[in-house]
Amino acid sequence: MLFPDLIRLTASSFLAYRMRSLLTGSGIAIGITAVILLTSIGEGLHQFVLSEFSQFGTNLIAIQPGKTQTQGGNVGIFGSSRPLSIEDAQALRHLPNIEHVNPSMQGNAEVRANGKTRRTTVYGAGHDFTKTFTLNVQSGSFLPDDDPTQARAFVVLGSKVRQELYAGQNPLGSYLSVGGQRYRVVGVMEPKGQILGFDMDDTVFIPAARALELFNRPGLMEIQVNYQAGADLDGVVRAITALLKERHGREDFTLIPQEKALEVLGSVLDVITFAVGALGGISLLVGGVGILTIMTMAVSERTAEIGLLRALGAREKQVLMLFLGEAILLSALGGLAGLLLGIGIAQGLHALIPALPVHTPWLFAVLAEFVAISIGLAAGVLPARRAARLDPVEALRTE
Amino acid sequence: MIRLDKVSRSFTVGDQQVTALRDIDLNIAAGDYVSIMGPSGSGKSTLLNLIGLLDRPSSGIYKLDGGNVTDLDDAQQAKVRSEKIGFVFQSFHLVPRLTAAMNIELPLILAGIPVTERKVRVEALLENYGLTDRADHRPDQLSGGQRQRVAIARATSMHPAVLLADEPTGNLDQATGREVISLLEQLTEQHVTLILVTHDPALGGRAKRQLHMVDGQIVSQTAS
Repeated sequence: MLFPDLIRLTASSFLAYRMRSLLTGSGIAIGITAVILLTSIGEGLHQFVLSEFSQFGTNLIAIQPGKTQTQGGNVGIFGSSRPLSIEDAQALRHLPNIEHVNPSMQGNAEVRANGKTRRTTVYGAGHDFTKTFTLNVQSGSFLPDDDPTQARAFVVLGSKVRQELYAGQNPLGSYLSVGGQRYRVVGVMEPKGQILGFDMDDTVFIPAARALELFNRPGLMEIQVNYQAGADLDGVVRAITALLKERHGREDFTLIPQEKALEVLGSVLDVITFAVGALGGISLLVGGVGILTIMTMAVSERTAEIGLLRALGAREKQVLMLFLGEAILLSALGGLAGLLLGIGIAQGLHALIPALPVHTPWLFAVLAEFVAISIGLAAGVLPARRAARLDPVEALRTE
Repeated sequence: MIRLDKVSRSFTVGDQQVTALRDIDLNIAAGDYVSIMGPSGSGKSTLLNLIGLLDRPSSGIYKLDGGNVTDLDDAQQAKVRSEKIGFVFQSFHLVPRLTAAMNIELPLILAGIPVTERKVRVEALLENYGLTDRADHRPDQLSGGQRQRVAIARATSMHPAVLLADEPTGNLDQATGREVISLLEQLTEQHVTLILVTHDPALGGRAKRQLHMVDGQIVSQTAS
């Protein structure tokens, strides 16, 4: 039997029982729709979260004070970790492969200008802040390259702060009070929006040393290091660790490379996507049972036809192929319909709710169709084998 | 052509052994026209199924065209059926969802004959059996006589050496039945071996050689 004929014969029974085929196929279609829809949302979320985390570039290492591990009991004075200082940040600048270093300190304070008062985030940063995080200044410039310990009282405004306090005015050169101290405005940042709940635009940027003083803190919250793209991450981490160990006498700090964090995050999100997809898979299973039922019925209804085919010279294998072909055709068409429906609903949802990220990877679509066909195959095997093994004489006798 | 040597066939029904055929010895030459008659349950259909390789003898030897076909496996049996044997049934056994043309084409499809050759053969058969204008009709749109003509066309599409007809006129009125029989008899003129199973003596009497069966045995043979 030639392949096009196999298709033609299986399609003929598909068309002869249109309603039944449609209903059975829709079982698989609903399953595939569920899988595609859920994984599309899962994958969209995945990409959204990853892009939120990686928009500052992936060549970042965050250094935080304190070692995150549990050790023995209280060891008195030796147990307390030394704070990360601005000098530490200065020293890191001279390591090989390091491009930019930013000491950072964050808090909340009242800013006042033009008779208006606003409580905003105050972010203590270094001169290289914009380069470390690939951010842009809209007007003026970022904090100058002063001696970081003796930095002048300059401030850069987030776009929202500028809008609220200086609506319609040019803020450059004017004075602003941050926590009761006078700062001169030297620049305004480009709007950036919220990043994981932190509004970059409702923030003012002042030199890190002044922020420490303002919030009365002994050390920085974090030092961010930007290393050269293509540099060996492990080597960079080793160099930083060695330098800080030497300066602190022991390892009382923690390095968090962005790349590693992204890897962990990615694998967590993969598991979520997979779990959600598996949930949709349950409805696929139900669709498979539908195919099994309908094929079993088809075999008993068409027993005489099977006998005839055998009399006309069909081998057992050909009968098997014909019935298996029908099961696969049902599931493949159902799968295809589900694929279109799933992608359609996902895109429709995205159009209705733009905040909901959706993404259907090609691999998932191909995989889903493959799964649908496999289910058809699995559900068809039993009835098809029964059909093939019928005794032709007995089969011909049934009407 | 067909040679049966002490062929028996028995079935187990419940815990009882039922013998449908008992030590049948039979020789049928190529181009013969043979009718098998007898009451129902006499084993004539079983004999026909055996000759058609849809069944296997419990004992004895069956030779077809000089070759021993007693113990062929499924694929080999199917190949012989496809190439050498045509079936015509009482209830036509057309596939209801396929057109007349496609029903005729079925044995050619199963045998893997190329499309172009199939088309030529099917068209010739439709023409021969006066079905050209019925080619695209489904069986339920055809009369009984037309249906049986489609079935005969289908049975002859692979140019079989043996044609087996089991009560081919059983579901037809007398006039149509005669028409169908004459079509089958024309085939014997083309050197096709025709074996006809019937319980109608008038019909069976037309054959050159008549076998009478009772209780799984051939009790008498007449030739005319």
